[in-house]
Amino acid sequence: MRVSRIPAAPACLLLAWHTAAADSRTGFQTPQTLIAQDISDLHTWIMVIIIVIFIAVFGVMFYAVFRHRKSLGHKARPFHENTTVEVLWTVIPALILAVMAWPAAKVVLAQKDSRGATLTVKATGYQWFWGYDYVDYGFGYKSKLTTPRGQIDNYRGNSEKGQHYLLEVDEPLVVPVGQKVRILTTSNDVIHSWAMPAFGVKQDAIPGFIRDTWFKAEREGTFRGQCSELCGQDHGFMPIVVKVVSAAQFKDYVSQKQAAAKAMADDPSKVWTRDDLVTRGQKVYEANCQSCHQANGMGSGAFPAIAGSRVANGPIGGHVHLVLTGKNAMPSWAALSDTEIAAVITFQRNAFGNKTGDMLQPKDVKLARK
Amino acid sequence: MTASTETLHLQHADHQAHAEASGWRRWLYATNHKDIGTLYLWFAFAMFMVGGTMALGIRAELFQPGMQFWHPEFFNQLTTLHGIIMVFGAIMPAFTGLANWMLPLMIGAPDMAFARMNNWSFWLLPPAALLLLISLFVPGGAAAGGWTLYPPLSIQAGMGMDLAIFAIHLLGLSSIMGSINIVTTVLNMRAPGMTMLKMPMFAWTSLVTAYLLIAVAPVLAGAVTMLLTDRHFGTHFFKAAGGGDPVLFQHIFWFFGHPEVYIMALPAFGIVSQILPTFARKPLFGYVSMVYAVGSIAILSFMVWAHHMFAVGMPATAQLFFMFMTMLIAVPTGVKVFNWIATMWEGEMSFETPMLFAIGFVCLFTVGGFSGLVLSIAPIDTQMTDTYYVVAHFHYVLVAGALFSLFGATYYWLPKWTGYMYSERLGKLHFWWSMVWFNVTFFPMHFLGLAGMPRRIPDYPLQFTDFNGIASVGAFCFGLGQLLFLYNVIHTIRGGVGRAPARPWEGGHTLEWDVASPAPHHTWATPPDEALVKKGLRAQSLEHDHE
Repeated sequence: MRVSRIPAAPACLLLAWHTAAADSRTGFQTPQTLIAQDISDLHTWIMVIIIVIFIAVFGVMFYAVFRHRKSLGHKARPFHENTTVEVLWTVIPALILAVMAWPAAKVVLAQKDSRGATLTVKATGYQWFWGYDYVDYGFGYKSKLTTPRGQIDNYRGNSEKGQHYLLEVDEPLVVPVGQKVRILTTSNDVIHSWAMPAFGVKQDAIPGFIRDTWFKAEREGTFRGQCSELCGQDHGFMPIVVKVVSAAQFKDYVSQKQAAAKAMADDPSKVWTRDDLVTRGQKVYEANCQSCHQANGMGSGAFPAIAGSRVANGPIGGHVHLVLTGKNAMPSWAALSDTEIAAVITFQRNAFGNKTGDMLQPKDVKLARK
Repeated sequence: MTASTETLHLQHADHQAHAEASGWRRWLYATNHKDIGTLYLWFAFAMFMVGGTMALGIRAELFQPGMQFWHPEFFNQLTTLHGIIMVFGAIMPAFTGLANWMLPLMIGAPDMAFARMNNWSFWLLPPAALLLLISLFVPGGAAAGGWTLYPPLSIQAGMGMDLAIFAIHLLGLSSIMGSINIVTTVLNMRAPGMTMLKMPMFAWTSLVTAYLLIAVAPVLAGAVTMLLTDRHFGTHFFKAAGGGDPVLFQHIFWFFGHPEVYIMALPAFGIVSQILPTFARKPLFGYVSMVYAVGSIAILSFMVWAHHMFAVGMPATAQLFFMFMTMLIAVPTGVKVFNWIATMWEGEMSFETPMLFAIGFVCLFTVGGFSGLVLSIAPIDTQMTDTYYVVAHFHYVLVAGALFSLFGATYYWLPKWTGYMYSERLGKLHFWWSMVWFNVTFFPMHFLGLAGMPRRIPDYPLQFTDFNGIASVGAFCFGLGQLLFLYNVIHTIRGGVGRAPARPWEGGHTLEWDVASPAPHHTWATPPDEALVKKGLRAQSLEHDHE
């Protein structure tokens, strides 16, 4: 799998230094896959070349700047062309580039080869969190930022932060160590990007399209990345956390998740009571709507208040339509289940001082989708 | 020379006889290339201040982790407008302004080819700027999708995006008209005896830049128009739900966007190629290879656009093609840097402010070129794309490149424009101040990017705290220092440190230095004497005695 080797001895010296410094904040995160290691080596190799060129070019320039000055009485020699040197300094850089391009091309080919994966996970970008589906095992979940809002808002002079500030989620992606994992990326709304620096992976998640990337983690542990494509107001708040576990732990994890998924599945034809819908709806609201419309339903910025709004107090059909299709900055929430939509709409129409007394059943949502 | 300037003065007096417009009419109805050049330059400077203030808003928020000043949505509006305003409002108009002011003087033409279109191309700019600025106050706020305006995010946005799209239409229209004017002027109005391969480098780079603009400005206009129809008229060019492709926009945008990078770099190359020989008191080394380098950079710039998109998922072959092509640009760029150094080598250098900015340009642009080379390697780009490494890279190219060359150009030609000498002491202070704080601001961003900090985030994890703090301090100092420049320019206009001679730099041999300082309102109403042209060309070693 290892594709590039650093050919020169001085590069190896520098590499040793580089590895030692790898955990510093001045360089790459410690590589956890061979591809990430290859990328890091490639970077070291290119930096060696660049530093040599830098010293040569700046050496000559500063020699001239310090010695060939008028104030030292230096007289200009008005030469202005020399075909030999001009050809040389075109050809030599081209050769240097070839020495860089060769190992780089090998890494590109390895990076792009996602065949033979033992596990496939679909990562879906949402505004603003990630969804993971274990397509071979029939379960999936959403992975959301858990850093409390109170840590983020410094407006009131608060600046206490936890250790993994902005890099912590409720449900990390869990994968087995030493196995090739294929990540399929797509998106529910705008373009996001699934980036995990320690794995050497960054793949845009594009609505309507499926792209793939892969990694094979060499070590167990928890690794952290962030969405890397501007995706709207909470772009900075959608971390990616991957937990790499042993094969046995992974097996347990999968069976647990499968059992939980079965228990959690809503029967779409169930008829709910209003109180149950409101209770469930509040959870859906907290998970999906609260980051924009606020906990008190008063909204902020481009997001109008739900409390006392015309939509939440008007005809229920309009409310359902808005949630399903989205409007302006609000994305479509059609990806939620019929039950979740029924619950959250019932909640919104009976909370924040809205007293419509309405109730929506999952089957009504199903009908509205058509 | 004496004879020709006398004739000029006579002609000047003659023109004054039929009353010039004065007051606001002089500027609104301006058809004189010098007046229009001045308008362009002041407009660009005003936009530079506005865009710079927005940058400071960004850096204030990023000074420490947590949200302290802005809401995330407004932060995105700031980054978006900062980008659009700096690119289309500051850098590009500044170069057009310089071309307006200097090209006719340098090639011996009486004015730009289409004087009235010139007026119109300038006066399209203020409404465009206005559209961008009022978009901050419409419901939903200004465009917040980044200056690249990627859909579907930009399709979601409010009416601020429509205003931005109309602004881009106007700015593009203005650029195209400005470019047509430059091409026509350079191709048709050169002094007798000045063949294409004897033009000043600045004329060459302006010409090539103008061609690039004519080629790609309509592409951008098309892209944003498609965005507009997607937003309002039910087309689905970029909406996957209707069969469109969001990535298509990126291809179109970067087919414009990559040449655009060189639209902002080539004129800078031209300026530096004027300044270095002047203060090294030596002809430019390798004039012909410089011209070829400019040409090949321009052509290559059309073949590398997808290197901005290595993370969207391309076949390996496409990834390799764009990687190799991108790396190849290092060759002509290297040739230019080597030529500049050879120009300085064995020279008789003195270090007036324009020279300082030119050497600063060469140093920092080289650093930006190196980080560009790192980014050209596709697997490394996977790690770096959309991180602060990219932000560091393009600010080294656009601030230390385009902006420093513009400062250099202003100090270089200020005596010609105003007739007075600027304060060398203040100019040098401005240079060193900018040089130091520029690096304090942008160098740490390389580290942030290597460590993985995504760009365009309003808040960041704790390990990025130190470098962000340093960068923010640097940014405020850098920004403040630009007031020195403003003061020095105004001071010069009001008399500076004394009258400037026609040729304030003994090493300046292009035609503009044969005109009085300040340059009379009308110059070269009759083409310069062929002997005068030849004398200048000989001094630049573009023509030999035996010819």
